[in-house]
Amino acid sequence: MSTEGQSAESPNPSPLEDPAAPAVVQQGSEPLLAVSGLHVEFRTQEGVARVLNGVRYHVDAGETLAVLGESGSGKSVTANTVMGILEMPPAAITAGEIRFRGEDLLTASASRRREVRGEGIAMIFQDALSALNPVFTVGFQIEEQLRKRRGMSRKDARKRAIELLDLVRIPNAKGRVRQFPHEFSGGMRQRAMIAMSLALDPEVLIADEPTTALDVTVQAQIMDLLAEIQRERNMGMILITHDLGVVAEVADRIAVMYAGRIVEEADVHSIYRKPGHPYTRALMDSMPRLDQRGQELNTIKGLPPSLTAIPEGCPFHPRCPLAIDLCREKDPELLTIAEGRVSACHRSDELMRDE
Amino acid sequence: MTDPTAAASAGKMETRAQEEITAEGHGARPGGGADDGKQRSLWGDAWVSLRRRPIFIISAVIILFLTVMALFPGLFTSVDPTKADLSLARQTPSADAWFGYDQQGRDIYARVIHGVRASLVVGVLATLGTVLLGSLVGLFAGFYGGWLDAILSRFADVFFGLPFVLGAIVILSTFNPPGTSYGPVRIIFQVIFSIVVLSWPVTMRIMRSAALTAKQQDYVKAARALGASPTRIIFRHLLPNTLAPVLVYGSIALGTYIALEATLSFLGVGLRTPVVSWGVMISDAKELIRIAPHMLLFPAGALAVTVLAFVMLGDAVRDALDPKMR
Amino acid sequence: MSEPILQVRDLVKHFPVKRGVLFRRTIGQVKAVDGVSFDLNKGETLGVVGESGCGKSTLAQVLMRLEPATSGTAMFEGQDIFSLRGAALRKLRRDIQIVLQDPYTSLNPRMTVGDIVGEPFEIHPEVAPKGDRQAKVRELLDVVGLSPEHANRYPHQFSGGQRQRIGIARALALRPKVIICDEPVSALDVSIQAQVMNLLAELRREFSLSYVFIAHDLSVVRHLSDRVGVMYLGRMVEMGTEQQIYEHPTHPYTQALLSSVPVPDPSLRGQREIIRLTGDVPSPVSPPSGCRFRTRCWKARDLCATETPPLVDPGTSPVEGATWPGGDEGAAHPSACHFPEEKPKVVA
Repeated sequence: MSTEGQSAESPNPSPLEDPAAPAVVQQGSEPLLAVSGLHVEFRTQEGVARVLNGVRYHVDAGETLAVLGESGSGKSVTANTVMGILEMPPAAITAGEIRFRGEDLLTASASRRREVRGEGIAMIFQDALSALNPVFTVGFQIEEQLRKRRGMSRKDARKRAIELLDLVRIPNAKGRVRQFPHEFSGGMRQRAMIAMSLALDPEVLIADEPTTALDVTVQAQIMDLLAEIQRERNMGMILITHDLGVVAEVADRIAVMYAGRIVEEADVHSIYRKPGHPYTRALMDSMPRLDQRGQELNTIKGLPPSLTAIPEGCPFHPRCPLAIDLCREKDPELLTIAEGRVSACHRSDELMRDE
Repeated sequence: MTDPTAAASAGKMETRAQEEITAEGHGARPGGGADDGKQRSLWGDAWVSLRRRPIFIISAVIILFLTVMALFPGLFTSVDPTKADLSLARQTPSADAWFGYDQQGRDIYARVIHGVRASLVVGVLATLGTVLLGSLVGLFAGFYGGWLDAILSRFADVFFGLPFVLGAIVILSTFNPPGTSYGPVRIIFQVIFSIVVLSWPVTMRIMRSAALTAKQQDYVKAARALGASPTRIIFRHLLPNTLAPVLVYGSIALGTYIALEATLSFLGVGLRTPVVSWGVMISDAKELIRIAPHMLLFPAGALAVTVLAFVMLGDAVRDALDPKMR
Repeated sequence: MSEPILQVRDLVKHFPVKRGVLFRRTIGQVKAVDGVSFDLNKGETLGVVGESGCGKSTLAQVLMRLEPATSGTAMFEGQDIFSLRGAALRKLRRDIQIVLQDPYTSLNPRMTVGDIVGEPFEIHPEVAPKGDRQAKVRELLDVVGLSPEHANRYPHQFSGGQRQRIGIARALALRPKVIICDEPVSALDVSIQAQVMNLLAELRREFSLSYVFIAHDLSVVRHLSDRVGVMYLGRMVEMGTEQQIYEHPTHPYTQALLSSVPVPDPSLRGQREIIRLTGDVPSPVSPPSGCRFRTRCWKARDLCATETPPLVDPGTSPVEGATWPGGDEGAAHPSACHFPEEKPKVVA
C-alpha cells in the first residue's frame, strides 16, 4: 500500500494526487470543486477500514460528473466528506484536499463550512422519506433555511418555497407547501428534496443515488428535471450511482470507483466505446441489457475486497482476468491513457489497443 | 428431476465458489462482519464486545461478589445476624463491628451480609417470573394478533394501570395481614408473586412489539412458505430474535425489583423479621435516622450498589446486543 | 406448446382498509391484485414486471398461500391450490417454493446456514431420513456454489450475493417443480446480480424448474424470461413472449415503461423517442374506472373510462377502433388496450 504511507507524511506526494496533473482539467482554469488525494479511514472494533485511498475528481460549472461504483466502493463516503457531514468518529480524514473555488474546505473553519453547505454545495439523497423531517411540513423545511440563512421574512420565505416547489413541477404547490412528507408520493418527495436543496442557489449539487428508490417511469421524470435545472442554473453536478444506464443518459464525464479509489475517469462517450480499465469493462459486460436476451452473463468473479484488508498491489487483481505478476506487487497509478482519459491499470495500454 | 449431486458434478458451474475468494462482508459496512474463520453467532459477537466494556467488568465483579455472599455468608462473617445484645444497641462502627450495632444490638455488618440472600432471591425469581410470563403472553399476542392480541393486551393494560406500590400493598396485606407471622419462605414468595403479577405487562409489551417486528421479516415468510407450524415459527424463529430486548430489560429490572423488595419491606408489607433483608433493616432504621444514621447508611449503601450493578449490567448488555451500535 | 403446470384464473386479492380504534370498520379495499390470469408452462420462466404497487409481490404471496386469495383459482397439477388444507397443503409446499428479495432479512440471523438450509427437511421429515440431512445440506450448498464448510457459519458472515445463494438452496431443498422468484436480484450489486442470475438459469436447466420471475427491472426480466406479463395497478395489461413484449409492445404502458429504461449507450442520447408519463400511479384503493392506465395515457378516449379493456388475443376478439400493423406476427399477443398498436422504435 504505497499511497497510504506517502500521504500520511505529505499531503501531495504523488502524481495521482496532484490536482494540477490530471489531463482532464482545462488548462489555466481552476475547477469549481476539486477533490484530491482524499484518504478516509473508519476506525471500528474490527480494525481500521481504509474507505477512501486517494480519491480525486473535479467538477466544473454546468458539467455532470458521474461517480460510478458498487456498494462499498466509497462513492457516498466521498460525497459525505465533501459535504462535511461525515460522522467523525468513527471516520477520520487522514489526508487530502477538497477545494471549492480554490478554497480548501478541509482546513476551513466550521462556520465557513456551514456557509458553503447549502449555498456552495448542496446534496440530495437516495431516501427522500428519511431525509425529510416527518414532523414538519415540506414548506417549513424549505422556508427554515431561507429565513435563517437569507434573513427572509416568513411571508417572503413562503412565497419563495412555493416558487421552488413550482420549479420542480409539483402540481398545486400552494396547497402542497402545507403538507407533510408522508402525504407526498415517492417521486413527489424526491422533487421536494430537490426543491429544498435548490433553496440557497448552490453552485454544485451532489445527487447521491437520487433515483435508485424510484420506479423507472418516475426515475425518468426526475432525471429530466435534474438535467433541466442544471442547464438553467449552470450548476456543477456530481451524480453518484451504480446504474450504467442512467450514467449513459446524463453524464458528461465518468469517474469509476473501486475499493476507495478512482480507477478510471473519462468522458462518457469514450468510456462506453472502450473502457480503459478491466473493472469498468467487466461492469459493463455483466449488465443484462434491455435490447438483447443474452444466454449467460459475464460475471466478475469474487467479491469486492474487504476494506480492512485491501489486497497488496492493484486492489482489483484477485478478480481481474488480465492480472499479471506486476499487478500483485505494485498498485498502479492513475495515469493518462488517452486525451482526457486516466486509468489506474498496468495493462491499460493493451486494453486500449486491442479490439 | 436430477439429483443435486449429479447436477453438481455434471454442471461444474461457472459461478460456483467464485465468491469464496474472500468470505468477507460485502463492504457496505466497512470493517463490519470481519470473518477470521471462527464461528461467531450474534451472541458470540455480543460476548466479545461485552468483555471489552469496563462497565460490564465492574458490574459483573460486583454481582459475582454478591452471589458468593448470598451463597456462603459464612465466608464473610461468623456473627449470627439475629443475635441481639441490647447492651450494644446503636453503637457506632468500631473495630469489633465494622458497621456498628442496631436498635436491638445486632451486628449490622453481619446483617448486611446475610441480607444479600433475600434481596437476590427476590430479584432473580421475580425477574424470571416476569420474563417468562410476559414473554410467553407477548409472543402469542404478537404472533397471532387479532382478537387474541386485543384481549391479552387489554388484560395486560389493566395490571399495567395499577400503581405498583398500591397494588402490592393490596395484594400483600390480603395474603399477609399484619399480625400474622408466616415462615420466611412463604413471605418471600408472596413478595415475588406480587412483583410478578404487577410487572409482567412491561415484558409482555416489549416481547409483543419485538414479535410483531420479527413476524414481518422475510425469514418468517420463508418458513411459512416451507409449511412450518406456528409452534416452530414461534419458538425457532421468533423467540431467538426477540429475546435480546427482554433480556436487557430483565437485567435492569432485576436491580429495580431488589429495590422494590426493600420498598415493600420498608412499608411493612414485605419481608419481616425474622427474615434478614436490607428492606427490613432500612425500615428498622427509619425512626432513628438522627440518632443512629449508620443503621440506615450501610444497608441503604449496599442496596444502592447492588441496584446500580444490575442497571449497569443491563446497559452494557443492551449496548452489546444493539445491532445499530455495531 | 408444452402443457401448463400452473393455471391462474381471475385471481383477486383485496386488502381491507380499516379505521377506528374500538370498532374497526372497513372503509375501503386496496385492490392489490384485481383479476389476473395466466398459465405457467412446464420448464418455462414467466416474467412479471411492473412498478411498485402494481401488485406483483402480492401475487407471489397469494400463490405461495402466505395470504389468502379473495377470489379466483390457481390450478397446480389438477388441484386448486387455494382450496388445499392440512396434509395436501403441506405436500404443495414441496412443489412450489419461493426466493425472496432481501437477502438481509430472508435468513434468520440466529440460525446457522446449515440449519437454515436443513429446515425444509425438519418440516418435511419424509423427504430425507435424519441421517441423510447433513449430507443433503452439503450437497445443496455445493449446488448453489457455496462451500459445504460454510454450513456452520451465521448469515451475517456472508455477503449479499452469498446470502441470496443460501436462500436459493433453501428453496431448492424439497426439489420443487415451481419456484416463485420475488425480486431475487434487485438488492444486489450489478456484478453480483449477474452471478445470481446465471445461477438461476443454470438451476432451471439442471432441475427442470419452472419460474415465475417477478422483478421491476425490465432488463433482468428479459434476460431470464421466456414469456413476460406486464402488470399495472393490479391487472395484467400485456402478455406475450419475451420478443413480443420487448420488440413489439402494443400497450401504451408497456411502451412507456420500456422507453423509460435508460440505455447504457451514450451515443443513443437524444436519438430515441422517450415517452414521459406524467404524474404518479393512482391509488389502488380507488383505481380509475375502465382502463386503469387511462389517467396517464396519451391515447385515452371516452371509451377508456367506461369500458375495461380485456386482456385478449387480438386475433380472437377484434376490438373496435383497433389498428394493427398488417400481418405483423409480433403484434398478435394479448394486450389490454382498446387501441393497441405498435410504436416503431420504442426500444433502441
